[in-house]
Order: sequence, then structure tokens, then C-alpha cells
Amino acid sequence: MAYDPLESESIEIIREAVAGAERPVMLYSIGKDSSVMLHLARKAFYPASPPFPLLHVDTTWKFREMYQHRARMVAEAGMTLLTYTNQDGLAAGISPITHGSSYFTDVMKTEALKQALNLHGFDVVFGGARRDEEKSRAKERIFSFRSEGHRWDPKNQRPELWNLYNTRIRKGESIRVFPLSNWTELDVWQYIQREAIPIVPLYFAKERPVVFRAGTWIMVDDERLPLEVGEKPQTRMVRFRTLGCYPLSGAIESIATTLDEIISETFHARVSERQGRLIDSDQPGSMEKKKQEGYF
Amino acid sequence: MGDIDTLRFITCGSVDDGKSTLIGRLLYESKSIFDDQMRAVEVDSRQYGTQGEQADLALLVDGLQAEREQGITIDVAYRFFATPNRRFIVADTPGHEQYTRNMATGASTADIAVILIDARKGVLTQTRRHSRIVALMGIRQVVLAINKMDLVGFSPSVFREIVSSFQAFANDLQFSSIQAIPLSALQGDNVFVPSARTPWYSGPTLMSRLNSMAPASQGGAHPFRMPVQWVNRPNLDFRGFTGRVAQGAIQKGDSVCVLPSGLISRVKGIVVWQDEQERAGEGESITLTLEDELDISRGDVLVAQDSQPAVADAFQAHLLWMSEQSLVAGRPYLVKLHAKELNGSVSTIKHKEDVNTGSHLAARTLELNEIGVVNLTLSQPVVFEPYKVNRPLGAFILIDKMTQATVGAGMIDFALRRATNIHWQSLEVDRTARAQLMHQRPRCVWFTGLSGSGKSTIANLLEKQLHAERRHTFILDGDNIRHGLNQDLGFTVTDRVENIRRIAHVAKLMTDAGLIVLVSFISPFRAERQLARDLFAEGDFLEVFVDASLAVCEHRDTKGLYAKSRRGELPNFTGIDSAYEAPLRPELHLSSDKESPEACMRRILEKLR
Repeated sequence: MAYDPLESESIEIIREAVAGAERPVMLYSIGKDSSVMLHLARKAFYPASPPFPLLHVDTTWKFREMYQHRARMVAEAGMTLLTYTNQDGLAAGISPITHGSSYFTDVMKTEALKQALNLHGFDVVFGGARRDEEKSRAKERIFSFRSEGHRWDPKNQRPELWNLYNTRIRKGESIRVFPLSNWTELDVWQYIQREAIPIVPLYFAKERPVVFRAGTWIMVDDERLPLEVGEKPQTRMVRFRTLGCYPLSGAIESIATTLDEIISETFHARVSERQGRLIDSDQPGSMEKKKQEGYF
Repeated sequence: MGDIDTLRFITCGSVDDGKSTLIGRLLYESKSIFDDQMRAVEVDSRQYGTQGEQADLALLVDGLQAEREQGITIDVAYRFFATPNRRFIVADTPGHEQYTRNMATGASTADIAVILIDARKGVLTQTRRHSRIVALMGIRQVVLAINKMDLVGFSPSVFREIVSSFQAFANDLQFSSIQAIPLSALQGDNVFVPSARTPWYSGPTLMSRLNSMAPASQGGAHPFRMPVQWVNRPNLDFRGFTGRVAQGAIQKGDSVCVLPSGLISRVKGIVVWQDEQERAGEGESITLTLEDELDISRGDVLVAQDSQPAVADAFQAHLLWMSEQSLVAGRPYLVKLHAKELNGSVSTIKHKEDVNTGSHLAARTLELNEIGVVNLTLSQPVVFEPYKVNRPLGAFILIDKMTQATVGAGMIDFALRRATNIHWQSLEVDRTARAQLMHQRPRCVWFTGLSGSGKSTIANLLEKQLHAERRHTFILDGDNIRHGLNQDLGFTVTDRVENIRRIAHVAKLMTDAGLIVLVSFISPFRAERQLARDLFAEGDFLEVFVDASLAVCEHRDTKGLYAKSRRGELPNFTGIDSAYEAPLRPELHLSSDKESPEACMRRILEKLR
């Protein structure tokens, strides 16, 4: 197979991060980017298993098919999976439907992530974010330094020259590492195809029960999604470009049932993949603010 | 991926030359902007835009709130677009001098540079600074984008004047090509489509130039080099050495040499995933297995046996300084060179470069954003090649040992001497033998604290006591040493660093000779006390913080120095107009304004037992 600079760069990043870490962990969100990142990590350390656990910050609102896929992949990779849910948030019944996406994300994702990292004392945390996803991510280093309290200071990032990543931190500080920084959505799909990486079936178009809300198709994944007055689930041929919590992930109408068709659709897309993500647009400079607070 | 290649480039130049707008234009015209992103820019333009009713394309790139509010670029943004021929990764770098390190971050991974010039302003100091950094990083092909031509009426004479003044400046920068293009990023002239308003220009548009330029490659055939990133040992049957091929290629069966040890073996396998491969080339991340069981660790370099790079511990290098705290010769930093991290310091600053003229200026320190030529000394020999020959083996960064921040970016020019020429004299009567003869454990007790805090008093008491117990001791006292060994040194930061460096090494030699050494020096800076500590084995170095408040010390003023300093007759006096950095984790913290010298001495004695 021909040399793939993107793949080699990512593997170099993963090995470098592990070499400099005391307690590394990989954030695993079950989506396509996580799937590619996990695959790269397995390649980086083959025939050994990656020398770190996976961490899934579980809001409990993921699609059912995502939980099934998670179980399958963890078994295949032979890695330890840690899951973490913000128990206070769960007890308080924080829901994306009644509390709004912004507050829900803050409690069940950002806060939960920080709690999980503190609980285990992880110092290096892999995330699958890409620079082409969003404008503040385009600004972030591959090795992104976090102060105590997990805060990102976008105005004062460490210089990052060549492939010489500075992994030195003081006690309480941490580093988020993004091996897929230089990948685009199209790169991800082409790589999934070439390497035959298993992904959640929700990425492929299929007839699914949906309702139309806030300009996008929301899937009725289980009975927890309350229907608004006059709303009736209808069956549509849809698929997802990104996956998160089901009440916050909008589907697109599509007939792409194979990887070839998805790649062709991605190539001709006129709207960005994160358009279906309601949390990106709930306030101005939204992602940057969430990241400063410790979100991925 | 796969069949089309990738070109990485940066846009750089002075503030307001239109870098972000140009990238916005490239993204827009290459149809890389999604409809929802464009709508967001249109909305944002009403709030932050600088283009009146038109959408401000710069907002596609300036992604941080602070950037949008101030209308400037603070940090480098990476954007992606593609044409049918290739994909592009473009780094939009900030123009402000203050953010030069972010510009350097973008330049370090770029194949080519697009240097923007505002046609109304011509070549500015920032244009020259960025061009110099671009050249320093080894970028050989540049595009000179003379922007805002619409504001000078597309005047050919303005264009030609700027081009010739840039060429005159860039003469010594060794660019292999400089393509000047007159354009308007705002209106799109000569960006994608040749402009009807520049009939006098027959060269390529920016996009056609970017499509035709070759990505920087290290070119030609190079011998194999691969720094070992990680040793992979899942079980007793498998021992793999992982890394990314820095140069050359490797095949199964090739002979390789491990440096710096010099051990030799053959490649047994090249593991990438479930299938092994026969061969791997430059840039590939691989895992190698060898025929023989060798002791190899991270930071070693696997090289072609018949063509080996040098090993050395002292270099001349170019250095870009990126910290508000100036570079001080002699101060220890952490050096990261390929997969190797070790202690090192700049022994000499040979000169710094004037960004405008390139002329050499004498310098005792390097300040933020300055470029200098320095001698770098490392704590052990490392495998390297000059940056011009092999970037991955010639680039290094300096990390501040206290803040852990990246403070310098360096490029090795050449080795000052081959390490192979400076074998340590191996000695049969060693440190342990000498210590045994003296019936004691040699150690260094390092007293630090303000002048007048009681360091010397306590050290003297301690020495008397140890002597009475038939221990072999020696006191190194600040004042006495400055009369002899260090009489050439003053009290500037640079001289204070050198002062401590010498004393630390003298103390080390004395402990090697078997003595218990009591060092009594103000030693105000953490970095230098760390340097001293690093010379000793764990447990052999005791940092004793003799802590008395400034008021108490000044009141005592045994030597009359505080009074002198207050009168302005003694500049750089610690506590008055020069900082004292208190130890964070000393082995002993003595409150000498509360405890008696005798009690303080007893506490040290307990620690030494």
C-alpha cells in the first residue's frame, strides 16, 4: 500500500504522546472519528494493545446502536473501557430536552469529563477532534495544553514546532492530544473505506422514525423523546453525518447506503457536518467557550 | 490521501496585509465553504466585519472571539481545501510581532510560504522578519503576494518597485524561487482568475502557482535514519522498535547500526499492521524487528550501517527565542531533539541577527522574537545531522525547566567537536573508594537565602560540629569565591548564572573527592539551583532554605550592603532591585529569624544522619 502521510503523522503523534505521559487515556465517543483514532492507536502499537484505556463519557442519551457498537469494538481491540456518567446530573434528571442543550452539555459532558479525568488522574487525553470541524478547533495545537482545572487559554498557546511536541507539564496540568488535527471529513471516510473500519450503522441511510425540529430531522430512538403537540413521527430515509446524543443530533435525508455513496455525498456536500449539531450554535463563539471550560 | 498529494503552505507578512482575507478568498473560490458557514460569516460580518455591506471573508479564518472583536489574528489557523490536482493545508499566521512564535509554529511544517505585502506600504520590518524566519526554517520557495493592488490603481510601477526592493533584501536568504504576483484578495484579482486590470502582468495566478509548485522534499537519495520513539515489548517473543523514518528507506535484511551505542544488527521484519511489509520509505511510521537482541531505548537512532551520522554533545545552532524571559547563557534548559530529551544549555551567544539587514550584532542575551547564533552544550552525546541536511535530526526545541513552556526553536548548523574525542578519563580509584576511605557519605549541603539571613553563620557552626565528629568537610562561601575563582564576574543576571554554574561544578568535584561540601550562596534563581541539583545523585544534594524576612535581614545588615543598595550604590542587589526566587521544595526550610543558629544547625545535622 502507498505511503499515507496523514496516517503516519497520526501514529507518530500517538506514540509521542504515550512516551511522554504518565497516565494516558483515549476519549472514545463511538463516532466515526473515534473509530479512526482507535484504529490508528491499534496500528501504532501492534502487535501490542495500545497501552492505555478508553474512556467514554456517557450522558446516557446516546443512540442505542451506539452502545451496541461500543461493546463490539472494545471486545475486538482487547482494551479496557472506562465509562463515566455525572451521577449528580443523572440524579437531578438533567436532560437535553427539558434543560436545553447548553446546560445539558455543560453538566453531562464538560463537567462529567473533568470529573472523570480528576478521578483517574489522567495527564494525557486523546481526542478525535479535527481542525476542519469548527473555527476555534482550527486554531488549536495538536498537543493542547490545559492548566489546572482543565482550562484552555486560546490566547496563550505553547508554540508547537515541527514534530517536536512538548509533553512536559506540572502537577495538576494536562495535555489534550488530537491525532486527527490535520484530517478532513473526507479523509476520515476514505480511510474508513480503505482500512475497512467498522462504524455505527446510523451513518448509513435507512428508513428511520423521525420528527422535524429546529430545521433538522431528530430520530425517535426510544420513548424518552417526548413528542410536541401535533408532532407525529414519520419514516424517512435518513443518515447521520455526526453522532452525539440523539435528541441533539440532526439527521440528513440521504440515500447513501454504502461507503462509496457516503464519500460521494461528502464530496458534494454544501453544508458542514456539524450543522446537525445543536450544541455548536447555542451561543456565539459557542465551541470556543465550551473548550475554555474544558470541553473537547 | 492516496493518489493526490498535499501541499502545506503558510501566509505571512505584516499586520493588515490581508492574510486572513486572502485565505478566506481561497476557501471561498475553491468552494470549500459550506453554505451554513457562509451564512454565519454574513451574520458575523454585520457585527465584526470591516467590509461594510460585503461579507468579510477574514472572519472565515479568525476563529477566536478575541480575534473577531479586535479584528486581528492572534494565533495560527489551519484550513483545508482541495483542487482536482492536490489538497492544501494552509496555515494563516499572525502578523503582529508579539505573536511571532505562532507564525514560527506555522512555518515549521510548511513546504512553501506566501508572503503578503500591502501595495500601499511596501516591504516593512515585519515582512523582513517573517521572510527571515521562513528562510531559517528551510523554506526555499516563496510567493510574494503584492496585495491590495486595487488601492494603488493596479499600478505596474508600484508593483515593480516593491518586487525589486524585496529581491534586494532577500539576496542572502537563499530562496530558490520568488514568484511575485499582483493581486487583490478582497476583489479576487489574480487569485483564481487572471485579472483584466493587470494586463501588464503575464505570470500565473496565485492558485495556478500553488497547483504547480513541488512540495518540499528532502530530495535525492539519503541513507536510512529513524529515531526510536517507543520500544514495543508486548511479550518475550516480540521486541519492536517504533518510529517514523526521518530519511532514506529500509528493507528487510538491511544492516543497521544503533547510535550512539554502535551496536549492529539486521532488519528481521517491518511491521505495520497485521501484514508485514518488505520495505519502508521516508515519512512512514513503522515498527522494526531486528535479528539480534539489542539494548535500544527511546531517543536512540537506527541508521544505515554503511553511512552513519555523527554523534556529538556541542553544536553551533541558529535559535529563535520565543519567551518573554530572555535567554541567559549558562542557564540549564531541557532540550528536545528528535525523540531525545536531555539537559543542555547555551554556552555562548555568538551574535544576534538584525531582522532588517541580517547584520550580526553582539549580544549577551536573546530577547523575545530575536534570532541568534549560539553554541549549545548537551549533558550527553546525541545523534544528529545539520538541519539543512536532515530536518528531523537537526531541529530542536528548548523547554524552560520551571514553567515547562517551549521557549526556543533551534536548528543545528554543525557540531563543535566530535564527542568521540572527549572520552572521560576512566578512573580506577573512584568516588565510592574515596568515600569509603573517609568513612562518610559525600554530600552537598546548599544554603540559599537573602544576604544577612544567616547562611554563613549556620554553615560555619555545622562545619565545626562535623569536624568534631571527624568528618571531612569544606565550605564554599559566596564572598570568598568571588575574590578568587569568580573575580571576573559581576552581579548581572548573566554573571550570577555563571557564578552558580561554576560553584555547582566545584562542589560536585569536591563530593567526588569524598568531601561533605557546604555551599553558602544567595543563589537567588530556581533554575540555577536546579542546575546544581541535577549534577548530583538523588539524595546527595540537600537544599537548605535559610529564610528570614527582608525586614530582618535589612535590619541586621551585617555587611552594610542593604544600606548601600538603598542609596543606589549597589545595583542588582537581591531583595532590593533583583528578585529572590524562594525554593518550592527544599529538603529543609529554616526560619532563621525565629530559630537560633544553633537550633538550625541541629536540624541539618539530623537530616545528614
